[in-house]
Amino acid sequence: MRILVIEDDPGVASFIIGGLRESGHTVDHCADGKDGQFLAGSGNYDALIIDRMLPGIDGLSIVQTLRAAGNTTPTLILSALGEVDDKVKGLRAGADDYIGKPFAFAELMARLEAIARRPVREGGETVTEVQVADLHVDLLSRAVHRAGKEIDLQPREFRLLEYLMRNRDQVVTRTMLLENVWDYHFDPQTNVIDFHISRLRRKVDKDFDPPLIHTVRGAGYKLSESP
Amino acid sequence: MGIFGSSALILVGYIYWQTNGYLEQQTNATISAEIRGLTEQFRQPGGPGIEAVIRDRITRDPSRSTLYLLLTADQRPVLGNLAAWPPGQLDADGWYRFTLVDQQGRRVPFQGQILQVSKDYRLLVAKEQSNLEATRQLINRVYILTLAIGLLLALFGGIVLSSSVTRRVDAINRTSREIMAGRLQRRMPVRGINDEFDQLADNLNAMLDRIDSLIDSVRAVTDNIAHDLRTPLTRLRGRLESLALQPEISEAVRNELNATITDADHLLATFRALLRIARIESGTHDEAWTDIDLGALLHDAWELYHAVGEEKEITVHLGAAAGRMRGDRDLIFQAVSNLLDNAIKYSPSGSDVRLEMRDEDGHLTIIVSDQGPGVPEAERGKVLDRFYRTATVTGIPGSGLGLSLVNAIARHHGGQLVLADNAPGLRVMLELPKTDSAGPASVPEAGLIRAARPAHH
Repeated sequence: MRILVIEDDPGVASFIIGGLRESGHTVDHCADGKDGQFLAGSGNYDALIIDRMLPGIDGLSIVQTLRAAGNTTPTLILSALGEVDDKVKGLRAGADDYIGKPFAFAELMARLEAIARRPVREGGETVTEVQVADLHVDLLSRAVHRAGKEIDLQPREFRLLEYLMRNRDQVVTRTMLLENVWDYHFDPQTNVIDFHISRLRRKVDKDFDPPLIHTVRGAGYKLSESP
Repeated sequence: MGIFGSSALILVGYIYWQTNGYLEQQTNATISAEIRGLTEQFRQPGGPGIEAVIRDRITRDPSRSTLYLLLTADQRPVLGNLAAWPPGQLDADGWYRFTLVDQQGRRVPFQGQILQVSKDYRLLVAKEQSNLEATRQLINRVYILTLAIGLLLALFGGIVLSSSVTRRVDAINRTSREIMAGRLQRRMPVRGINDEFDQLADNLNAMLDRIDSLIDSVRAVTDNIAHDLRTPLTRLRGRLESLALQPEISEAVRNELNATITDADHLLATFRALLRIARIESGTHDEAWTDIDLGALLHDAWELYHAVGEEKEITVHLGAAAGRMRGDRDLIFQAVSNLLDNAIKYSPSGSDVRLEMRDEDGHLTIIVSDQGPGVPEAERGKVLDRFYRTATVTGIPGSGLGLSLVNAIARHHGGQLVLADNAPGLRVMLELPKTDSAGPASVPEAGLIRAARPAHH
């Protein structure tokens, strides 16, 4: 992907840029709001990472200006203000996702990939079934089969599996799962998600081969045929 | 009201007394003047003489409003429009009072003076008192009526005045409570008539504006700290993460780096929780308030945590849960999640944790009870303080901020957090007011933390 990073802090910028380049992406960097807005408006990027507090023009105004001009480039907002209402403001301004500082690079990467794929998925036909290896999920009848055997899932387990399947081969973080599967924005004191993943694994992976739900160290989980 | 009424009473009473006295004086003065006139006439040398004068007076007054009777020294009537000497009383001031019966059989009071005309003659001059009595009765009636109307008006005016005062004080009280509940943008109502209440409201509003600007500057400082410290911390964490991803480092170094990242994450989590509590307490979340289905929320929380309990062989039970309230859905979920997390963390394996809800006394109370070590009664208030942990939980990791955050969330919603004995274990009650659509309105004693007596079983 070709990504534009608008971030005034050199340390954070080099950390993001280094990580993105290592993951094989092309990255442009800009430390100033005005220049950033100009570059972002060119439409040459697959995704934008914009810091909320910038010299010149602040991050939310850049997103608002872009959206007003019809530019729909997937945008991730970075901010030291990681509160829920700040997040709501960010999303209302037209950003696709919002991440509070400090963040793990894995969280940034997972969210960036999730928003970058969104338009492609939404542009296509409505997905009614998903298949990974011998695991088949019918999204309409909510039936789950693995190697021809029916698997009985609780409603929440189904939503968890559905989210992992829709984002197959991509890392999804615990926070992303909490927000998308449970629909609550909060800080769990324990890794509650891990317990639910292990229950899901018992049903989906335990008696079958190969395992499909993989733990990605320091990041989250990934559903794929190969680890 | 009372003051107004009694002063009206005193005033009318004074007027009554004065008027009565004046009327009597007037009658007395008339008689005195009559007698003076008579004396002058018959003492005039060469005048018509006393008998002629009296006869003249009587013929000029056919209605007999004034009575004359000339007597000899031995009480024999000589002349007058009165047949005989009327029996009566002579008072200390020289007034002679008596009563006659007229043609209609009515008793008519008279009052007069006795004048010693000469050695041989005495003259009684008297005037009818019934006119005076009638006037007095009329005046009495007018006064009683005036008094009654005055009292009624005083009562009515008092009610109107005091209800308008009550209304305005109520408005100020209501606004104060809303402000205490965190709606810091609210201001006292000003009517624009510049009376004492308006002046009070203006002063309170000026004070609130001043406090508001102070809070704003504190908030700006907090936000700046958040920005200024989080950015270098992000950088630090990023560096550690980049190092841990280097392929050439040994496994031991990688483990050490990952442990350091975990430490940094702890530090950051504590920092984030502190900032979060501060921001919730300063009441900046109002725009996130919605109508919450607490039953569904508790079910979600139970579902999320009973999987956690299973791992420790702790059964999380969900009891009665139904009710709606206005609030911040994510914060309420955060509070319930912290309570369940604590209950599971401090419970022995094989025990039960119970999540339920009660709707009583105008409160919706979310109750989480466990069979763990509990909290000694003396420490129940303290565990809500930041960083306070009881001696019984020293071996279990925790920040000491979990309950502080729940407490801040309870106060933010105008509720309170109450800890009680579950015998054995701890029972935590998150009391939330049933708010109407106006948001946080009634919060008189809200925010007071009370350590409850042991719960009844």
